Order: sequence, then structure tokens, then C-alpha cells
Amino acid sequence: MNFFERLRGERPSAQTAKDRLQLVLVHDRADLPPGKLEALKDDLIATLSRHIEIDVRKVNISLTQDRHQQRLVADIPLAPSRARRRGAG
Amino acid sequence: MTARIATITSGKGGVGKTTATANLGVALASAGFRVVCIDGDIGLRNLDVVMGLENRIVYDLVDIIEGRCKLRQALIKDKRLSDLYLIPAAQTRDKTAVSPQDMIRVVKDLKPDFDWVLIDSPAGIERGFRNAVAPADLVLIVTNPEVSAVRDADRIIGLVEAEEKGPPKLIVNRVKPEMVKRGDMLSTGDILDVLAIELIGVVPEDEIVTVATNQGSPAALDPRSRAGKAFREIARRMNGEDVPFESLESKDGFFGRISRMVRPGGA
Repeated sequence: MNFFERLRGERPSAQTAKDRLQLVLVHDRADLPPGKLEALKDDLIATLSRHIEIDVRKVNISLTQDRHQQRLVADIPLAPSRARRRGAG
Repeated sequence: MTARIATITSGKGGVGKTTATANLGVALASAGFRVVCIDGDIGLRNLDVVMGLENRIVYDLVDIIEGRCKLRQALIKDKRLSDLYLIPAAQTRDKTAVSPQDMIRVVKDLKPDFDWVLIDSPAGIERGFRNAVAPADLVLIVTNPEVSAVRDADRIIGLVEAEEKGPPKLIVNRVKPEMVKRGDMLSTGDILDVLAIELIGVVPEDEIVTVATNQGSPAALDPRSRAGKAFREIARRMNGEDVPFESLESKDGFFGRISRMVRPGGA
């Protein structure tokens, strides 16, 4: 990567390598490949939807790692219509 | 004498395990230690050619294990260093000819006569790897600054920790400092960030290693070789010496200097 590439704000390929590595290692260490995580997400949505209305498109499930602790992080926004109804009621 | 046992492993093939084993053997023996290198790659014998001893082989590791020769008969003395020996792998057998218990037994018999036993592990995580790691009290993991090699190193670290071998140490091999400076190769710092493991050496890419391998004379014997120097330093660290890490890849280009001016202590 040369001076001009940096000026244009291009990402060093080493940074891309590091990011990809970190992601793949999180999945390796948890023994939960991305495809399985997707299946888990679908199951989770199906289960939650039986109880509460959620904004399916914005659901975000991911694996994270800080030091030695692996974490499954789920961000599940509720459906906007329901939130409004509850607020109005 | 009671030898310490170091196994050199990696998971991924082609990262330089055999080269590292040969060079560490040479470096340790040059420093006055009695060393035996064992080729643990049964069926794909290679350490003999890297050490330049291929023409002296009569017996091999499997011959010892199956009782066809005495331990002493299978020890090949190095051409250049009087304190360096090799036990070659069998070429016509496979990994199942050896068990972890066999390795532990052979190493136990070698222990009284040596300061260091170095075991060159085969690639992979199966039987051959388990054989190589079984007798180890120090595991050195070799990786390259590449996504695939670092990923495999992480897997190996997990397996070694599960075997309760104590924390393994990392050798980053074939680093190209110019590419690291340009931001086109993972730096040693990047690798340590993701692996969380103690570093024992950083070996630069060095054409002398290729020439040395062609000639069967490990680069650690060549005072001009940068890789050879790195291996000699690793050998000193293996013996508990505190050898500072030379920065091969400091970002001391134009941008390094600029960012330090802007942000003292940074870069």
C-alpha cells in the first residue's frame, strides 16, 4: 500500500486480514460456524414471535469475544407498531 | 543431564516447522548444548535432508520402537557439530506405527544423554501431532503472517492447552518487514492480539534459508543470515536468557515518523 492509496483512504490489506481472522476465530473457538448461527437466529425469531412481535429484519445475533469470555449477543428490536400501540394505550 | 523436550508444531503445513527444528538444533548445539532432533513425520521424512544427513541413515524411529535396533544405532551424528544428532522418521510406514506412549518411552531413554530433545511434528492435528506433543515439556508453535496459518495456530494452541503442556510459545516465521511496513502483511503485534500467546521469536523471510536448505546446511550456521540470527536468539530464549526482540517491522517509514510527531508515544 503506497502513499496515494493511503491518501485515498484505502484500507491496508493487513487490517482486512486481522478483521477476517478475528471473526473466523470467534466462530472457531465457539464451534459455531456462521451458517449455524443463522439457523439459531431463525429458531430464536420463531420462538420469540410466538410471544412478542419483533422487527424481524433488524434482529442481529453475533458472537463476540473479550479476553477469555465468548458471548452470544442478540439485539432484538420490537416491532414498531406494537411499541406505538402500547405507548398510546 | 536431563534433557528438556521441545516439540515444534503448527497445524498448517509449509510454515517452516522442519526448518525451525533444524535451525534450533544447530543453534543450540553451537551454543554448547547436546541436542537430538527427532523427525516425527512418519512416512514423510524430511528433517534429514534439511540437516544434510540423508546419506547417513541406516535405522529410523520405527526401527527403535519395534526393537530392530538399539537407540544408539539410530542416532545420526551431525557432520559439522559434534553435539548434534538426528533420529530420522521411517519413510515407508505411517503414523499408526508409533503411539504417544512409544514417543514418551524413546524420549525417556534419550533424556539422560542430552540437554535438549527437539521433536519436529507433522502438520495436522491427528495421530502424528499427538505423538509429537506427548513427551513435550515445551511446545513451540510456528506460524506465518497469514490468515490461514494463524487460524490453524489458534486451533493448535487450544489442543496443547487441553493437554496441559503449559503455555505454548509462538514463532512467527517468514515475516517480510517491508510488506508489514506497507500495511500489506499482518504484523507480529496483530498476530499476538488475536492469539494471546507468548512470543519466543520472529524470523524474517530470508533467501539464505532456501540456499541453506538446498545445501543441507541450516541457515543458523551462516553468520550473514538474518533468519539464522533469529533462530539463534530463539535458542537463547529457550534457555531462559532474556534476549530483547529486535523490531523487524517498526513502522518507521514516513507515516510512522509523522504519526509520532502528531501523537508522541504512538505509532
